Parts: sequence; structure tokens; C-alpha cells
Amino acid sequence: MVQYIRTGFDASFAALSDATRRGVLEQLGRTDASITDLAQKFHMTLTGMKKHVGVLEQAGLVATEKVGRVRTCKLGVRRLEEEAAWIERYRQLWDARFDELDEVVEELKRKENVDGRKKRE
Amino acid sequence: MDARRESEPVPMKDRTAVERKSERELVVTRTFNGPTRIVFEAWTKPELFRQWWVPKSCGLSLLSCEMDVRVGGRYRLVFSHPAAPKPMEFFGRYLEVTPHSRLVWTNEEGGDSGQVTTVTFEERGGKTLLVMHDLYPSKEALDGAIASGSTGGVGETFEQLDELLVVLGASAGRS
Repeated sequence: MVQYIRTGFDASFAALSDATRRGVLEQLGRTDASITDLAQKFHMTLTGMKKHVGVLEQAGLVATEKVGRVRTCKLGVRRLEEEAAWIERYRQLWDARFDELDEVVEELKRKENVDGRKKRE
Repeated sequence: MDARRESEPVPMKDRTAVERKSERELVVTRTFNGPTRIVFEAWTKPELFRQWWVPKSCGLSLLSCEMDVRVGGRYRLVFSHPAAPKPMEFFGRYLEVTPHSRLVWTNEEGGDSGQVTTVTFEERGGKTLLVMHDLYPSKEALDGAIASGSTGGVGETFEQLDELLVVLGASAGRS
């Protein structure tokens, strides 16, 4: 499945291009954290961290939930996995179709060989 | 990640690749062992098209297949499945028809969210490289197609197909 995740997820790549954001993902891999926690850990302002988390959220890599006055962040890879799974199912449909098409192509080639002269008229 | 896939025998046939190229584009590629005129024929003659468009293994029947393959001409495919309450229809219009090299059509069954499909046929040493490119009107339209589990923007009718595809995937893994 990895090969499908690798392709096409522009937003994810943009999100992962930044060292702080990669650090945030690593951190959230260990445990959920609030934006305030993350800002402190990465020595950033709250506003700066909010922006980073926003980018990660947009890419579907992080999910946030506000409880009271605290916004908690956690890894949110679900969307990526769903998309990869969908693409794989879609690929299987086309693969099955194209296997049948292979047979049609073989059949047409056989016919062309048999009555090739007629066809070229 | 998936042991089943690892243990599959190496397929003799060229593998089908699917890639989401951008927020609005989905691309399917495959090589066929025949010249473009033959592959093109199989995409444009209804009596040939219906032999392959519905894989035998998925349990769907193609009830009718009308294709007026010329610029502005319309197509209409009607499928049934034992588990589906009523037949499913797919229809649209050909925007470009260039013999042996290019077909472009609309997909209108899903309303405005339907994609435009471009299929190109490129000859490479007696073989045909086929690229099928779906361009959706917006990121939301393609995301929506994916989220609804659909393969064409009509969620409800494709839920059935989705289940079938899972079955299809499982049986392909066993063989």
C-alpha cells in the first residue's frame, strides 16, 4: 500500500517538508498534546504552532479537538489510509477489466491473422 | 504491510497502475499486447466493449450498451446486479474522437460533479500504452467520489460495486 500513499498526496508532502512539523508528528506519535504543550516543546509562540498544526490538519495528518479551552492534537492518518484503500480497490476493478480486454485484443489479433487480407481492403 | 499481496505470483500481464496525480486528477495506465488500432476498436465498438467492461468475476450484468462514438455522440450503459434494487445507468457525451489515438467523454450521471475522461492510445513497438485520465471539476468532487466509496461520483449505486470489489479483491488474493 505504501506505493499508493507515496503518490499524489501533495498536501501531505508540503506538510512534511518542514522540520518542526515533522517533529510535531513524531511527538504526537508518542502521545496526544495540546497546542500549548507543543508550542513550549518547540520553543514557539502559540500563533506559530497553531499555523503548523493547521497545515498538518489540512493534510489530514493531524486531527484536533477542542475540549473546554484546550485544543488537543492527535495523529489523524485515517484519511490517507482511506484514500490509499480506495485507490487500491479502484485499481483492482480496472485490472480485472483490463485482463478481460487482453483477451479481446488477443482474439482480434487472431482474427486479423486469419483473414488479414480481407481486413486491409 | 499486507502479506497476502507479497505472496501473489508475479503476474504475466502488465500491471494496472492508478495514481492520483493532483487534487482533481486520477490516472490509470496499462500496456496491451496489440497495436493501437485493435485496442481502440475494443473501446469503441459496443459488441467488443461489452465483452470486457464488466469483469465476469464481479457479478454485474450489462443490460444495454449504446455508444455513438463520434464528436457530440452520446453513450449510455445500463447495469444490473442481483443485490441492486434497480439498474444503474451511466451516460455522457463524446467530446473528442481521434481514431486509434484519443477518446474524450463526459460522465454525466453524477450531475455537475462528473469527471471528464480522456483515454490516449500510444503505440510502442506493436504494443499499446493506454492512459486513462479523469479530470474532476474540483478537488471536492474527487474527494467526494473517494469518500463515498464510489468509482464515478454516484455514491449510492456504487456502494454495491464497492462491496463487490472487496469480494473481488479477496478472491484474487486467494488464487
